[in-house]
Amino acid sequence: MTHDIFLQLRHIRKEFGAFTALQDINLDIRKGEFVCFLGPSGCGKTTLLRIIAGLDVQTAGKVHQNGKDISRLPPALRDYGIVFQSYALFPNLSVTDNVAYGLVNRKTPKAEAVKRVTELLKLVGLPGSENKYPSQLSGGQQQRIGLARALATSPGLLLLDEPLSALDALERVRLRQEIRALQQTLGVTTIMVTHDQEEALSVADRIVVMNHGVIEQVGTPMEIYREPASPFVADFVGKVNVLPARVANGVLRFGAFCLPEGGADREVKIYLRPEDVLASPIADADEHVFDATLEKIEFLGSFCHVRVGSPTLGAHKLTIYLSLNFLSEQALQIGSTLKLKLLPERIKVF
Amino acid sequence: MQAVIARPAVKQQTHWVDYLGHLLLALIALVLLAFLAAPLLAILQQALQDKTGRLIWFDNFIAYAQTPALLESLWNSVWVSSLVTLISVPLAFGFAYALTRSCMQYKALFRGITLIPLLAPSLLSAISLIYWFGNQGVLNSWMLSVGIEQIYGAPGIVLAECFAVFPHALMILVTALSLSDARLYEAADAMGTSASRKFFTITLPGAKYGLVSAALVTFTLVITDFGIPKVIGGNFNVLATDIFKLVIGQQDFPKGAVVAIFLLLPALLTFSVDGYVSKRQTAMLTARSVPLRPKPSRAYDAVMTAYCCAVAFLVLAMLGMAVFASFASFWPYNLTPSLRHYTLGLVDAEGGAGFINSLKMAAGTAFFGTALVFCTAYLLEKTRGMDGLRGVLRMLVMLPMAVPGLVLGLGYIFFFNAPDNPLGGLYHTMTLLTVCTIVHFYTTGHLTAVTALKSLDGEFEAVSASLKVPFFKTFWRVTLPICTPALVDIARYFFINAMTTISAVVFLYSPETKVASIAILNLDEAGEMGAAAAMAVLILIASSIATLLFMALAWWVNRRTQAWKA
Repeated sequence: MTHDIFLQLRHIRKEFGAFTALQDINLDIRKGEFVCFLGPSGCGKTTLLRIIAGLDVQTAGKVHQNGKDISRLPPALRDYGIVFQSYALFPNLSVTDNVAYGLVNRKTPKAEAVKRVTELLKLVGLPGSENKYPSQLSGGQQQRIGLARALATSPGLLLLDEPLSALDALERVRLRQEIRALQQTLGVTTIMVTHDQEEALSVADRIVVMNHGVIEQVGTPMEIYREPASPFVADFVGKVNVLPARVANGVLRFGAFCLPEGGADREVKIYLRPEDVLASPIADADEHVFDATLEKIEFLGSFCHVRVGSPTLGAHKLTIYLSLNFLSEQALQIGSTLKLKLLPERIKVF
Repeated sequence: MQAVIARPAVKQQTHWVDYLGHLLLALIALVLLAFLAAPLLAILQQALQDKTGRLIWFDNFIAYAQTPALLESLWNSVWVSSLVTLISVPLAFGFAYALTRSCMQYKALFRGITLIPLLAPSLLSAISLIYWFGNQGVLNSWMLSVGIEQIYGAPGIVLAECFAVFPHALMILVTALSLSDARLYEAADAMGTSASRKFFTITLPGAKYGLVSAALVTFTLVITDFGIPKVIGGNFNVLATDIFKLVIGQQDFPKGAVVAIFLLLPALLTFSVDGYVSKRQTAMLTARSVPLRPKPSRAYDAVMTAYCCAVAFLVLAMLGMAVFASFASFWPYNLTPSLRHYTLGLVDAEGGAGFINSLKMAAGTAFFGTALVFCTAYLLEKTRGMDGLRGVLRMLVMLPMAVPGLVLGLGYIFFFNAPDNPLGGLYHTMTLLTVCTIVHFYTTGHLTAVTALKSLDGEFEAVSASLKVPFFKTFWRVTLPICTPALVDIARYFFINAMTTISAVVFLYSPETKVASIAILNLDEAGEMGAAAAMAVLILIASSIATLLFMALAWWVNRRTQAWKA
């Protein structure tokens, strides 16, 4: 992967009347990178995408694409393809006409356009659907056509605005893998807006986590998950146990646990992922092992969300993951006790 | 941070294609300013001037308040309109209820019959009433026995207006009653709620806004209607006939303008209340609502059928009498059918030319009106930039709804007949009649177009821009083909209303540009009631044929352009 900056956002600010949708957004996106804007609804991620597309105009700030200042360019003078959640396919035009919509306007010879359409349809896995109308296709197929239409003119930047949100769960997983594969084949710089953390974790090179109009963290999926920069990120991405704790004299205390922790004396919260509390393997010599009682089992198929209580934790409960096999091998049920091990290095303190 | 706020907001450069859109918007704004805003301002100006053109502020209003005869008209207009509202809205509600909430048979037929009056000028019912209850009417003795001395005057106006406004109220109430959520009724049933309690706690509150809207529309239609009081009002004066007398008879423009402003008030009130009400109505119904399907119930359905039969019978009696009388040789002495009145109306009174004029005007209104309305709606809904102008335009396109035809027509006289107006050459021309009719019926067409446009994906324009396709190409290739059914709808609405309208054009025609609906008025004034009936029937027939043709066109367009629908 090359490391030249393809898209540069500087001090982007967007106000709608008195409401500030985005405040001082700075972001660099490299060429060929797949970036996800992730955040809850209303966090400004779609607004940011629309500013990059020129569909909304930032109140202040600059956008550079490929070294060129595009801050004030209208959409038609920018270089991108865009796919919307609603597909936005032209319902009265055939698949061919939809995909070739942007080609026709560039005075591409007809034969060449037809060739390009065939090529694109093959690329998105829908060869032979040239003469169908959008309404004859499933949602997933329509979105693939949307993708083909956006890619037809070989834009330098592909913008995806929640492209999978209108699809059912299975189709969503399938299409997101296809989009990722396609993006890697073509090497096109891609920005996808999503509120689905799993989607973002599975496809992105880097994730931009946003909340209340600011960027909370930018990082690889692994960084975002393992090293969340803020309580919001820890909470929004993945499941997490939040427990109150106290730091005093360089020691972090929660329940009966004592762990070294620097800094001033203060009240804190610790963030602990369910998978960072293990039920096995536990050796006799292991530290941070405690006895726990099963209080609630939420069956989810191959593994279960299990809520446990422990005198070691005081009044606080932990949610952990246990595999179904483990539960049945150990003959665990509500009320059973078991030993659990904490991985202290994984604990995040905020 | 402070520095960031102080800096002016980033402004996007405008693409030449967008400039084109802005130019078109500006042109449309100019047209609407010249043909809607300026005439209305001319009325205001007249109302504040004396006859010599001197500004005298409210002296005209004071003079008006000191004229007992005019005040009486105001009072007459108000109580007649209120009475018609009180009678016709409940009747229409019952009919709409039968259409939407019962399992009676022949719903389409009943609905079709009661909508027929829309195809004829409203004064058709007044003419019929004269044949039924006039001095030589079939049921005159029956009417006398009820204690009504003569049909001319308030009784005739009230009755005729009830027929004329019934379809308008019906359409609003059918829409209101169709918007129902079956789950509310199911929940009520599950709790063992009685039928009457369901009616008063679910049905009526649900239709509340529709009822308010129907009542306001009815009141406004009646108070601003000119044809019916002119034909059957006798010596009973109302605001609408006063305007005509003051302006055309006495050439007292300032007083006419004052009366016009009085007519504008209820319409403006309706307009604002209706806007508020429709906002509330849409908020009530969610996308998840389950439409209500009425359950069959023999006795109840039979009662509803009987009621609808009665109403349909009355409507048919009204229409039938006009048709019958138009063919009668010499009412009431010689009833053998003849085409005497048709010949008289079409040939001797030059109604034939009027008829051609009507068709020309209707065609022009349908064609140019639809084009203007749709392009404007598209530019307003789907293009960007010029937000200030857009705000003004949005107001202008809604304004015609609040302006009675009579007031608009009067404004046109004041504005286009002014000696120093460069557009004065248009006065009395077919062009001005057509433009006036387009403006008069603009808003309904606009709302239809906006509804059609709003049902399209909002991102088509964004996609086009990203593919570097200018908006007009997408308009031509995508928006227009998808919206053709709505276009046909708008064209039909314009055509029918242009055929039947009287109020706006009554001030604007010249002998060369007289239209058929005006010819009816002239024939009636000349005492040629039979010929007037004949002309009204001809308009009814022409409108019916046009409706059928438009339906055929809609069917054909649907097959041609909507093939993509699954």
